[in-house]
Amino acid sequence: MRRATSVFGWLAAAGLLAGLVMGFGVAPRETTQGNVQRIMYLHVPSVWVAYVAFAVVFVASIAYLARRAEAADRLAHASAEVGVLFTGLTIATGSIWGKPTWGTWWTWDARLTSVAILFVMYIGYLLLRGMIEERERAARYAAVLGIVAALNIPLVHFSVVWWRTLHQPPSLMKPGGSAMPGIMIVALVVNFVAFSLLYVYFVAKRARLLRLEEEAAA
Amino acid sequence: MNRRTKFLAGGGVIAAALAYMIYAGVTQSAVYFVTPAELQAAPVPGKAYRLGGVVARGSLKWEARTLDLSFALSDGKATVPVRHKGTPPDLFGEGRGAVVEGSWSPEGYFKASLILAKHSEEYKAPHDGGQAGYKELIKTLKGESR
Repeated sequence: MRRATSVFGWLAAAGLLAGLVMGFGVAPRETTQGNVQRIMYLHVPSVWVAYVAFAVVFVASIAYLARRAEAADRLAHASAEVGVLFTGLTIATGSIWGKPTWGTWWTWDARLTSVAILFVMYIGYLLLRGMIEERERAARYAAVLGIVAALNIPLVHFSVVWWRTLHQPPSLMKPGGSAMPGIMIVALVVNFVAFSLLYVYFVAKRARLLRLEEEAAA
Repeated sequence: MNRRTKFLAGGGVIAAALAYMIYAGVTQSAVYFVTPAELQAAPVPGKAYRLGGVVARGSLKWEARTLDLSFALSDGKATVPVRHKGTPPDLFGEGRGAVVEGSWSPEGYFKASLILAKHSEEYKAPHDGGQAGYKELIKTLKGESR
């Protein structure tokens, strides 16, 4: 198990290196925005990992309520922490992208507002876990919140389609095909894979640490 | 009322409150900007607006010495003259999307305090030629369905 985790770690490191080379070297300079558009290769994979992380919290929370397996609860806890980290990275890279292109670091359009709500809700999830001393009760309450908060994910994703926003609509899952050249998609996919490997590595490490903490406390 | 009922009722109240907060938060910013046609239908002088449209070709004037910027925003149905003092973002230009914050002046123009450039979801490599996706962007600003 530990061997498998470190394999994921090394693969993630190699993937991130390849992703940097693809995004900042191989992919062409975008015509309208120039080099600043390259931050897309970090911004979009970050939000992808956040979506995946919170989807895992959702599934693990249901599994915990059904089976009461502590491993499922540790998975939800670890995944929520990593999801909050990557939501933060999404907001930071988005701000850095927004300033030179839109002309502002932040604005309250439906996409940015819904992401801010997502971020705050999962910070609340972690606070709730920390507030309750009793192991079983903390896990039960967190599982309920982990299921409810997942409703935010489709809201964030479709906000740019349902409402009038400053943020542009999706480029990859656009009806009628993607809106960028193949080489940009390849660079993006390399980063998607690298970020996903990093997610697996972080969650595996964190879940193990949570188990060791529990064993030490017992 | 036993504990289980209390727990369910409490949970229901919390879930409803959360749902309301999300709903209220998002609908407030759901219409991020009004279009030139919507503004011209009923302009209220002094009220704060965000106005979004395409910068009309041939309308952009910039006095670099005094930083006086004037242009017209259009959605294909109506055109609104806009004035601003300051430097626009790099992506701002004729034939491109923009959202401006400010108010309607009784003298018949939109007084902008902040200019935001709206970019399209299309990305292009240099050899593809032309500018990325502005036809599509103009369509969305005109309120046509995608």
